[in-house]
Amino acid sequence: MAELTYLQAISDGLRTEMRRDKRVFVIGEDVGVYGGAFKVTLGFQEEFGHWRVMDAPLAETAIVGACTGAAIMGMRPVAEMQFADFISCAWDHLVTVAAKQRYRAGTPVPITVRLPSGGGFSGGPFHSQNPESSFAHIPGLKCVCPATPEDAKGLLISAIQDPNPVLYFEHKHLYRRIKGEVPEERYTVPIGKARTHREGDDLSVITWGAMVYTATEAAEQLESDGVSVEILDLRSVMPWDKAAVLESVRKTSKALVLHEDTRTGGFGAEIAATIAEEAFEELDAPVKRIAAPDTPVPFSPPLEKAFIPQVDDVVAGLRELAEY
Amino acid sequence: MATTEAIDVVMPQMGVSVSEGTITKWLKQQGEQVEADEPLLEISTDKVDTEVPSPGSGVLSQILVEEGQTVEVGTKLAVIGGDGAGAAAPTEEEAPPEPATQAAADESMAAASEGVGDVAPSTQEQQPQQAQQQPQNGKTFVSPVVAKIASEHGVDPSQVQGTGRGGRVTKKDILNFIESGAQPAQVAPAAPAQPEAQPQAPAAPAPKAAAPPPAPSAAQPGETFEPMTAMRKGIAEHMRCSLDTSAHVTSAIEVDMSRVSAIRGKLKKEYQQSYGVNPTYLIFVARAAAETLREYPWINGEIRGDQIVTRSYVNLGFAVELQDGKGLIVPVVKNAETLNLLGMAKAVTDIAQRARYKKLLPDEVQGGTFTIMNPGGYGTFHGTPVISQPQAAILGTYAVVKRPWVVQDELGEDVIAIRPVMNLTLTYDHRLVDGALAGRFLRDLREKLENWDESAY
Repeated sequence: MAELTYLQAISDGLRTEMRRDKRVFVIGEDVGVYGGAFKVTLGFQEEFGHWRVMDAPLAETAIVGACTGAAIMGMRPVAEMQFADFISCAWDHLVTVAAKQRYRAGTPVPITVRLPSGGGFSGGPFHSQNPESSFAHIPGLKCVCPATPEDAKGLLISAIQDPNPVLYFEHKHLYRRIKGEVPEERYTVPIGKARTHREGDDLSVITWGAMVYTATEAAEQLESDGVSVEILDLRSVMPWDKAAVLESVRKTSKALVLHEDTRTGGFGAEIAATIAEEAFEELDAPVKRIAAPDTPVPFSPPLEKAFIPQVDDVVAGLRELAEY
Repeated sequence: MATTEAIDVVMPQMGVSVSEGTITKWLKQQGEQVEADEPLLEISTDKVDTEVPSPGSGVLSQILVEEGQTVEVGTKLAVIGGDGAGAAAPTEEEAPPEPATQAAADESMAAASEGVGDVAPSTQEQQPQQAQQQPQNGKTFVSPVVAKIASEHGVDPSQVQGTGRGGRVTKKDILNFIESGAQPAQVAPAAPAQPEAQPQAPAAPAPKAAAPPPAPSAAQPGETFEPMTAMRKGIAEHMRCSLDTSAHVTSAIEVDMSRVSAIRGKLKKEYQQSYGVNPTYLIFVARAAAETLREYPWINGEIRGDQIVTRSYVNLGFAVELQDGKGLIVPVVKNAETLNLLGMAKAVTDIAQRARYKKLLPDEVQGGTFTIMNPGGYGTFHGTPVISQPQAAILGTYAVVKRPWVVQDELGEDVIAIRPVMNLTLTYDHRLVDGALAGRFLRDLREKLENWDESAY
């Protein structure tokens, strides 16, 4: 097994599928000659040719529209949004057409949309968002949010082979900061299955994406207080692993739902509500949420730090729960 | 105004085995005029719920037993007429009606003392009292999981030292408390008693866990309490007693009801139009059972001491559901062997209807020699009912279901036909009735039903 960065693991997964399946092609802004804004597809055009690694105009509507049409004709397109934020331009194609085509006409739409998301580098309001809850709300779409290199590769392969439109949220902050062992062969990570990132007995943190690492640092601090924190990395927010969440909460009886997206209507609300509905009798404290405030993502580094949940915020939240 | 002598109203003897009754409702109030035989109150016993008619005319001068109370047969319940009759008003002041419940009593006591003790019972005074009931700040909140664990282990959370915010008992606290083996407030009765072998010498008998019935503690979250009616208590006692008395065994037989079904179809219109009754399958079974029982006196019999009692008559009991399946009564059709099919239909319809409207006479729920129960209307196809003591057997009739049935065609070849089939069960007291006898009885009963002889019944 090789040690790869999160970004290399994404490239590896994409390359693996393109070598295996000729129906798989890539389309996006600057994905060809330039190798993508973050260099995920660097060298792809040389290997697969410009018909399978296509540079698109600055038009997300056109990219997702082309993918949807190609998918209906039997291809397996992988679209890259240069930043997840711009997916709003493609809303209509995704939500009105791709998500409902199977329901209306019985035609599968096996597209994958790669969404470089998340903040932490002063990208400001247009280049830092985590819009997964908007799409998790749309029946017919799947949303995955890998946190580790191994899951990044395995989930991307699952997304490409899945017959439904899958939104693949790759966290920009993890691209080069996170490294991990990644199997060289092809493998899949099931969509809809959570992963216990850290075992614990006293508190459960349910989170995904970059927040997995924030939670881990916080959990380590609580370890010295004698509080044992379990971290569940959801990996997929739609479908999400309700059973795993409920199992963990039944064990610890205290739950913190943590995400980088804004609080109101964030996907954490769904999880918190489900815990309250289905594990009420197992709770020893109110379900707690930690998320970004309901504002656009600020440019200013100190403000952005105040916006995105930090380790200290999570430590405080966990302590509060532990002491309850 | 009647100037007659006072008439006592007493708890009536509602049949031989009834020793007490509960007053469910007074239909007349103190001071009201009541006529002889006019319904005066409603009572509930373990056999029947019924109205008690007034034993005479006059003013209801005194009510001595309030609604909800259970008293022995012969207890004086009220007085009609007499000295108090003329002046209804003063009686109330002299003897305020006893509060029906203890809670009401406490309340009225409290109200009384408050009125006497202080001129203006201020809210200030009440507040500290309320505060006293809440032990410590924050400790009163019991989280869902703590409540659940507490109820599962029969632990009172207020006995546990809390380490949570404001002294709240956390899940860990209560689990530690249980693990440390602290004496729980009461042993959870639901926990299956572990039959741990006790190899020690019997010199010091270990306290038996199962012995005391669970005290009616406060409702746990999610639970509600409702009082058991006199009827429910009666059923509970009788069912338990029956299982402790008889050796219950059940045999079942399948009956092809084609012929009965055809005759039923033919009679239906006539029965309904001319007599207002329905020739149900149950009526056919009842008629055939009464007939068959004449040939099986032991199944229609009873063990009394060392003697076996047999009879020259059949008194058929019919289990009738009441209150949406939450109550049961077994009225009896006396001398059922003398009734033809129409007579049986009329008799069963009559008692079932009166059972539902609480118009049964006490003697009509007694003296049964054999019982039929009929849960077939709900589609059940088998059951093991409990014998109505001191009888020897109970017949269960179940849903008539169309089933593939092997019959012989005119050439004597086996063919599969669609037939309406009913299962019958006989649950019998094996102390008196053996399996072979029960089998013969069921065989003969089936014979009668499958080859229904219109002229004979």
